[in-house]
Parts: sequence; structure tokens; C-alpha cells
Amino acid sequence: MTVSERSQPFSMLKHHGASALTSPHLLGLNGIPRADIEKIFDTATSFKEVLERPIKRVPSLQGITVVNLFFESSTRTRTSFELAEKRLSADVVNFSASVSSLSKGETLKDTARNIEAMKVDMVVVRHPAAGAPHFLARVLHAHVINAGDGAHEHPTQALLDMFTLKEKFGSLENLHVGIVGDIAHSRVALSNIYGLTLMGAKVSVCGPPTMIPREIESLGVDVYYHVDELIPRVQALNVLRIQLERDAGARIPSLREYRTYFGITRDRLERASQPITILHPGPINRDVELSAEIADSEHSLILDQVLNGVAIRMAVLYLLSVSHKGAV
Amino acid sequence: MDVLFKSAHIIDPTLGIDAVMDIRIEKGIISAIGERLGGNGRRIDLRGALVFPGFMDMHVHAREPGFEHKETIATCVAAAMAGGFTAILTMPNTEPPVDDAAVVRFISQQGKQASGGIVDVYPAAAVTEGREGTALAPLAELHDAGALAFTDDGNPVASAEILRRALEYVKMFDGLIIQHCEDETLSRGGVMHEGKISTQLGLPGIPNIAEEACLVRDLRIVEFVHGRYHAQHLSSGGSVDILREAKRRGLAVTAEVTPHHLALTDESILTFDTNAKVNPPLRSRDDMIALREGLRDGFIDVIATDHAPHTFDEKEVEFIAAPFGMVGLETAVGVVITEVVNSGYLPLQKLPEVFSVNPRKILGLPIVKIANGEKANLTIVDPTLSWKVEPSLLRSKSKNTPFANRILIGKPIGIYNNGRMFLTQEVH
Repeated sequence: MTVSERSQPFSMLKHHGASALTSPHLLGLNGIPRADIEKIFDTATSFKEVLERPIKRVPSLQGITVVNLFFESSTRTRTSFELAEKRLSADVVNFSASVSSLSKGETLKDTARNIEAMKVDMVVVRHPAAGAPHFLARVLHAHVINAGDGAHEHPTQALLDMFTLKEKFGSLENLHVGIVGDIAHSRVALSNIYGLTLMGAKVSVCGPPTMIPREIESLGVDVYYHVDELIPRVQALNVLRIQLERDAGARIPSLREYRTYFGITRDRLERASQPITILHPGPINRDVELSAEIADSEHSLILDQVLNGVAIRMAVLYLLSVSHKGAV
Repeated sequence: MDVLFKSAHIIDPTLGIDAVMDIRIEKGIISAIGERLGGNGRRIDLRGALVFPGFMDMHVHAREPGFEHKETIATCVAAAMAGGFTAILTMPNTEPPVDDAAVVRFISQQGKQASGGIVDVYPAAAVTEGREGTALAPLAELHDAGALAFTDDGNPVASAEILRRALEYVKMFDGLIIQHCEDETLSRGGVMHEGKISTQLGLPGIPNIAEEACLVRDLRIVEFVHGRYHAQHLSSGGSVDILREAKRRGLAVTAEVTPHHLALTDESILTFDTNAKVNPPLRSRDDMIALREGLRDGFIDVIATDHAPHTFDEKEVEFIAAPFGMVGLETAVGVVITEVVNSGYLPLQKLPEVFSVNPRKILGLPIVKIANGEKANLTIVDPTLSWKVEPSLLRSKSKNTPFANRILIGKPIGIYNNGRMFLTQEVH
């Protein structure tokens, strides 16, 4: 990197290979063109068909090396990405690190540069610090996919959530979706807000006031403190996981209180005039944010989300790796 | 050095001068001010550049002793010279901290030796032992050793009781307590202003009330004790309101604002630029406008940079892990002229008040005057010179500035102090 590149406030290096999307990376849904989302959905639909075949493999990413760089433990997202990569015939390397630049040890930059020195083409990164994927996009030549950066974005999760809703309802336009939980700390919520509003859906967020981030209305959503008021208005609810370790005591008194006032149960859902579709990013705290009964019921599209997750990730990996000329 | 400055546009508010004159300096003293002067000294044609009483930056982290990889007093002085400052007040969060007379003397000494002593380096000392906030440091002894004021900056004096006792104790010598206003229970974990942008970025925020709650509490104590207090780096519009009220009540309270809080907002964080990560954080546009108005209306007395060097590697990390702070000595005048003067909030004629007269008044230093017989202490500025901020050309050891590669209008082009002169390339 030249001295002037190093001192740029934030600029992207030239990356080898253009992509069929507007950007060589998928860092978030904030500011992504609508056409890119539509392209990802179309490609995911094709790949879903692959996942139904007896031999679930296509050679699209043959010879491409993908590193899954996970600084936060995550079984399901990592497995989903790994499956997607392997279905595309990519060479996959998993790198789990429990350190970031915060602890003594190798900085994020050095970790990434070392990996890139081994000539990898794509990096899928999950990191507790918001902006970490953007930082990597600046210091690496590889394509960067954000698998979750702190409380900022988790674009592939939102894409699969939206894809699942689109499959169910036919279109996202004017669909009213509620997101329930710790909105202030949720990258799933934020990416969904960015993506859904872009696609013309109406989004409401719901949670205790201590968990609603400041000026969230500026993102085009409205706020509810009572989930019983929200339920009759929406067609779908995306129910977020409540993390006790972080929040109890300061933002909510206890999980019990949360469950009482915000837990999604059959009784609550019956107050709606129409059946409500339930999404959850997983893993579920059964009988906290979501009753066990509902999680397993006909309302829930949670398992569809998992299947769609692999297809969406295949689509993203594929579209980032091909040039415009070779686009689907 | 004997010098003859030709065509100097002198602006000295204390003496009410605003005119283009020649200035003759002999043996470090101004020996004549007038038109078409002659003399033996070196002739420098300033071509109408502005000459102010020497600027002082009363909030500088010189990092020595202890953090010499970020900056030393020598490199800090070089940066001050380039920034047009003839005096600085250094902050005590060094290692060891400035809670001992020996460290005070060390800093003063290093200052005298840096670049021949052209910049007056005054140490501030800690309020509490080790800056830990629990016991008073030897304030009287520190004062006698040369500390001009006391502060626990980069932390507040959190305990109301300790703040009260410190304000009372220093009345013995009409001392000044300088406070970094932050309620750390409200700011904990935050890395930027809490607002629309922090919500957009999913980053934990530092709310306005972290500063305001602390300020309100402190001023009640100041009033009760009849103490003298100076609030550092105000960042919130609400703080300006609190200050306005306090001044109306006649409290002995003054305040400073940084060039970056006058010029930038939390939108600078949208690119995750760690050079824009600072405490207190860059806040909303409304806050920035309120700070400009507070400066314009005189409720904010001083512009001070909070010059905070960090090495490239320290800042080249993910946003949440980066240390807070930016260098500011060399860009202060340019940023203020470009963003505050040229936007109409402060006339050029008022620069010497906020950069020179007020800091010295607050710290009990003699006011610098540009007159016959006075010691020559001058800041020379070209207010229309357009220049690009090149980090690699900064004289500070560290280059962590959010203004990198920006074009600024207005540049300091030299200083004269303690019989020595420094001019930038633009003058020769």
C-alpha cells in the first residue's frame, strides 16, 4: 500500500475482478441499489433449485478460495456460508479468532493482510466491531462479505429474511413487517430496516424504550412500545433474540419481564385478524422472545429461512465473483 | 534576532490597533511601529499579512514524559510553531502524570530547550494524585513549581466532593480548575455522538447529557464555593445554554471549544474514519451551529485544539478499538478561518481575543500587546492563502487528522517570540 493510500481517510483499493453487483463487496444494505437486491433474489431462486437436486453442486466458484474469518463464535451463519461455498465448488478455509485489535495480539489489519498474502479471493468476515468489514475492504484486495459487524449490519441475514417474505407474500411492496426485540443492539434489525424500506415495505420496530435507538424514525420506521398494539397491524414479525448476559439489570429488569410484555405467544397472535408470519434469525430462546409452540407452528418460516440462507449466500458469493460480462 | 517587518497588518484588540504598519524589533523588544521604518535588522516583507499578539493553545497533549512514540515536547513545539502558536499549556495525562513538582519542572525545561525556546511551554498539573480522582495532588507545590492550572484531563474529576475541595483549596493562590466535563456512567462504552448517525452505524453513543449533566453539577459547586473554573472542549449546544446562564449569574467560569467541534459533525464518522474519533465526540449539525453562536456571542471564551497525537498504527484499527483524539495545532487557524470566519460567525478581528488575549487572561499570564517597548510576541497569518493539509508534511510526530487532504483557506506563516523567529516557506 502506498503512503498516500495509507493516509486516505477511507478509500477502497483496486480489487481484482469486477462483480456483477455495483460494489465488489457486500458490506451492508445501507445505500445498496434496489437492482442489486433484485439480482440477488433472482440468482438465489436459481440456486435454490440446485439445492433440490440429488447432486447439490455447481462449479461456479471452482478455483476460487474463500476464507471464513470469524472473530465471533457462530455456528449457524458460518455453517450456512460454508455450505454455500462448497455447493459452489469453492475452496474453503475457516479461520476462527477470538482476538481483535482490542486485546494484545495481532491486529485485525495484520490478521487480514496475512491471510491475503496467501492469495485468497474472498473473505467472509464476522467481527464484534462495527465497520470492521469496511476496514478490511480498505486494506485487502479480496472481495469482502460482511457476516455481521457488531450492532451494525448483517446483510445476508436481512436478504434471506426478505427473500423468505417475498416467497410467502409474492412481493415486499407495502408489506407491513414488525421487528421485535433489542433493536438498539441488533444488526439483523438494522439491515432489515435498510433492505425492507428500500424494497417498499413498511417497517415498525417494537421493544422496551431502553432498547429503541435514538432517532430511529429517521430511518423511515415507526416505533411501538407495546407488541399487542403492533400485532394487529402487521403481516409478519421478525422476532429477535434477547441476550440476557448483556442487557438484564440495566436495560431490562429480567427475562421474565421481557417475556411477559414482549414474548410472542399463541394468545398474543390470536389478537390479530389474520395469521401472522413469524421469522427469527436464530438461535431461539424458547419461551423467552418466542413461545416454543409458535416456533414450531405453521406460522413460523424459521426453517425456510435456514434453507433460503444457503441459497442467498450462494447468490451473493457468485455475483461478487463474476464480471459484468459473465453475469447471469 | 533583530527584524524589520514591512507591511504588517497589525490587529491588536487590547490597544485597538487595526492598521498596516512596519514593526521594528531589536533584541526581542518592539522598538518602533510606524510607516516606512528603517533599521538594521533582517527585512521581511509581510505584504499585508495579519500580525496578531501571539496565539496560545491552552489544551495540548505533548505526550512527554511517557508517550514519546506519539509526540515529544520538541516535536510538539515544532507543530505549535507551524500552527502559529507562541505558547501552549500542556496536559498532565503523561506517564508519570504531572502530579509531582519534578515533572512540572521537567516539562518546563524541555520546553525551553525545544527550538531555542521560541514557544513558551506551560504545564498544567493534575488535580488529583495519579489523576485517579480520589485524593488531591500537592496543588500548592505544583503551583510554585510552575503549573498554571489544574486538570485531570482526559478524565473528569468525577467526585463532587473532590471537585469542591480542589476549587476551595486553590483559592489560596487564585488558582484555576480546568474540567474535562464527562459523566462517565452516561458515556461508558460510547465511541461517537449518540444520535441519528450512531443509530445508522450501530455504534454505541455518548449522549449530550454526558457533558451537560457534569457541567450543570460542576457549576453549582463553583457557585457554592466561589471558585474559578474553566470548561474544556465543549461539544454540545446544551452546554452553551448552561454556560450562558452561569455567566449571567456572574460565576467565574470560562470555556473553550476546539476547531474540530466548530467545523465537523458526526457525519464524519459515516466512513468509519478513526481520525474523526474524539472525546467529546463530534456531534450533530445543531450542536456545531450552537457552538459557533456561543463563540460569536462571547459565551465561549477560547479556541483550544485538544491536540492529541496517536501513531498511525494505533489509529489503523477497527473504529471501536481506536484511541480517541486528533492532532490540531497545525490546522487550527486554517480550520477556524475556513469554517468559522468565512461562514460569518467570527470576524478576523476577533481571532486575537479567542486565540491570544483570553487564554492568557484566564491563566493569569501577562496580556501580549503589540506596542513600542513591549516584548515581541507575534503570530503572523495569511488569511487568504489556500493550502492543502498534507499529513506527511505535518511537523507533529503523529499525523492523525480528519482534515487530511482538505483545502483550507488561511494559514499561519510565522511567529516571533523570545527573540527568535520562525517563518514558513510561504514568506521567503
